[in-house]
Amino acid sequence: MVTTTSPPPDVALTGGRRRGPDRIFRGFAVSASGIVVALVVLVGAFLVTKASPSLAADTASFLSSREWSVADPTNLRFGIAQLLWVTVISSILAMAFAVPVAIGVALYLTHYAPARVAKPFAYLVDLLAAVPSIVFGLWGARVLMAYVQPLQDFLKSVFGWIPLFAPTSVQAGTIFLASIVLAIMILPIITALSREVFKQTPNEHKEAALALGATRWEMIRIAVLPFGRPGVISAAMLGLGRALGETIAVTIILSTTSGAFSWSLFFGGETFASKIANAASEFDTPSTTGAYIAAGLVLFILTFAVNAIARIIIERRKAFTE
Amino acid sequence: MKVRQFARLASVAGVVLVSSLTLAACGSDNNTAGSGTSAASTAGQTSAAAAPAVDCGTGGKINAEGSSAQKNAIEQAIASFATVCPDITVNYNPTGSGAGITQFTAAQVDFAGSDSALNADKGEVASAATRCAANPAWNLPMVTGPIAVAYNLAGVDKLVLNGDVTAKIFRGDIKAWNDPAIAVLNAGVTLPSDAIHVFFRSDESGTTDNFTKYLKAASNGVWTDAHAKAWPKSGAGEGREKSAGVAEGVKTTPGGITYVEWSYAKDNKLGVAQIDNGSGAVELTADSVAKAVATAKRAGQGNDLSLTLDYATKVPGAYPVVLVTYEIVCSKGLDANLTKGVKAFLAHFASADVQKGLVGIGYAPLPTGVQADVVKAIAAIA
Repeated sequence: MVTTTSPPPDVALTGGRRRGPDRIFRGFAVSASGIVVALVVLVGAFLVTKASPSLAADTASFLSSREWSVADPTNLRFGIAQLLWVTVISSILAMAFAVPVAIGVALYLTHYAPARVAKPFAYLVDLLAAVPSIVFGLWGARVLMAYVQPLQDFLKSVFGWIPLFAPTSVQAGTIFLASIVLAIMILPIITALSREVFKQTPNEHKEAALALGATRWEMIRIAVLPFGRPGVISAAMLGLGRALGETIAVTIILSTTSGAFSWSLFFGGETFASKIANAASEFDTPSTTGAYIAAGLVLFILTFAVNAIARIIIERRKAFTE
Repeated sequence: MKVRQFARLASVAGVVLVSSLTLAACGSDNNTAGSGTSAASTAGQTSAAAAPAVDCGTGGKINAEGSSAQKNAIEQAIASFATVCPDITVNYNPTGSGAGITQFTAAQVDFAGSDSALNADKGEVASAATRCAANPAWNLPMVTGPIAVAYNLAGVDKLVLNGDVTAKIFRGDIKAWNDPAIAVLNAGVTLPSDAIHVFFRSDESGTTDNFTKYLKAASNGVWTDAHAKAWPKSGAGEGREKSAGVAEGVKTTPGGITYVEWSYAKDNKLGVAQIDNGSGAVELTADSVAKAVATAKRAGQGNDLSLTLDYATKVPGAYPVVLVTYEIVCSKGLDANLTKGVKAFLAHFASADVQKGLVGIGYAPLPTGVQADVVKAIAAIA
């Protein structure tokens, strides 16, 4: 990050006579953050109030059932087990694809690339973040699918004995394919943040490492990576948050399934978000709607938990790195 | 310094302005379902008498919402309606039948498009009557949408299926294309040994509802599930979003098969199976569909024209896998000018010319008998 070195413009001088703008800006900042807090609380309250009647009427186990029949208001049976599995596994797989690549790109940009290449390259990565998710979805379903299918067939034939790679009835829109697209979607944010932290590695650390005879890779390993770790973790968690909640691309790519369940990555399914999106146009009764909103509530809590865990990790790591 | 500060303020203001504009733009999308009284047309509103025999009223906006199955049909009708009543703007929002009925009963739109007639058990009939100022709402069959059983099999141009075999395929009982049960119906055709990949609609849809009605009625008990808008658990395959999704799935997957509106099968150049209804294989054509719709029984009374289709029909040459979408309208109780507009539009939509024109975009015209009754019912709207 480039820190501005210009002195704070005449704070002391204007302190007395320019309270007006100061107060206005303070008010603006306070109310802005107040609005955010209020929004989160209100969204939470909305989810809880809409979901609780349906949750109370649910005759299946909400947390452990894979069932989802909500058409009959007098006999609601729904559970989130499969939604939770698909949401989590697709996001984790996306992270597994995206984080190493993002770290590689960030290191290249900060430590290997000549400045005249690094700049446009960084813009290019950022541009990836500007592509609307529906475009990623359509591209995944119309273009990438055909290329991923042979790879899937290969993995299934070689590793099919592992339950995670078992062949299933789903051929086109698998969790595997969705994860690849999700990985591409979260790549820019992880790259951009990692790049910023790697840039901030104190030059003294790096020079010390090099002076001790470290090669460039060794310098990165002992100076840059430990310094950047909390930043990379928080970047990854931000990406994970996006992957968990991604709706439209997943809805377009991921095939839903009926009948028998499989743990395979080559199975389909629905994430919390895509489940809600798939059914949103047919919300006809409050009890049906409530069931879907209950799923939304779980996603809300899940995202909250992920962010909290990220914070804890960052706080812990900070103590060791600084 | 002053300049810098001003620039900063201005940029903040700019962000606020832009974001509020964007918000406003987002919001207005959802607000198109107005009360129908806002006269949006900027053109002169004096040419109401231009078209003889059609009373366009004083013009304005008609808002409708519902079934996506009839989207292309109603859009074509809206386009040609501009020459009949240029002062009336018709908006159709294809959000789904359920959403259409909800918006209609909430008086957000002037009529609804739906794949199924109003359901008394769900209280839809009663709430629609409340919306129409204590007058019954009528279900008017308007668009006949054939459902194609579409497949992707290289080298197989002609495939015959019947209710029985179709049900077994879509339940996953038949897993390969060269299964003897398929071969029996397709003498002389070389079927590959590829696996069958079934695609179904992941979203709830009237197409699924009607297709499962057909399977239930025509499969001699092979298909055991009740018809539903959501694909049943005992069904096979993988679900893709909307008609475009299943069509795309079949197109990219050799050995794929799905049920989809005819127009999607045509646009994606998929193979369309002929259906043997018990009296020989029937190709999907406008005529064979009209023959099947003509066998439907009237479920409604008077001018409520809801139909009960006979999916198990054995009439020679009738293609039984069809979907009829309705326009759901107030028989009475709308604002007088709006009523004129709605009547003018529906009369245009139901006219023989417009109906015939639907064939080109994958629909079939209403059979003459039904069409005549629809025209009569529209005339009776007051």
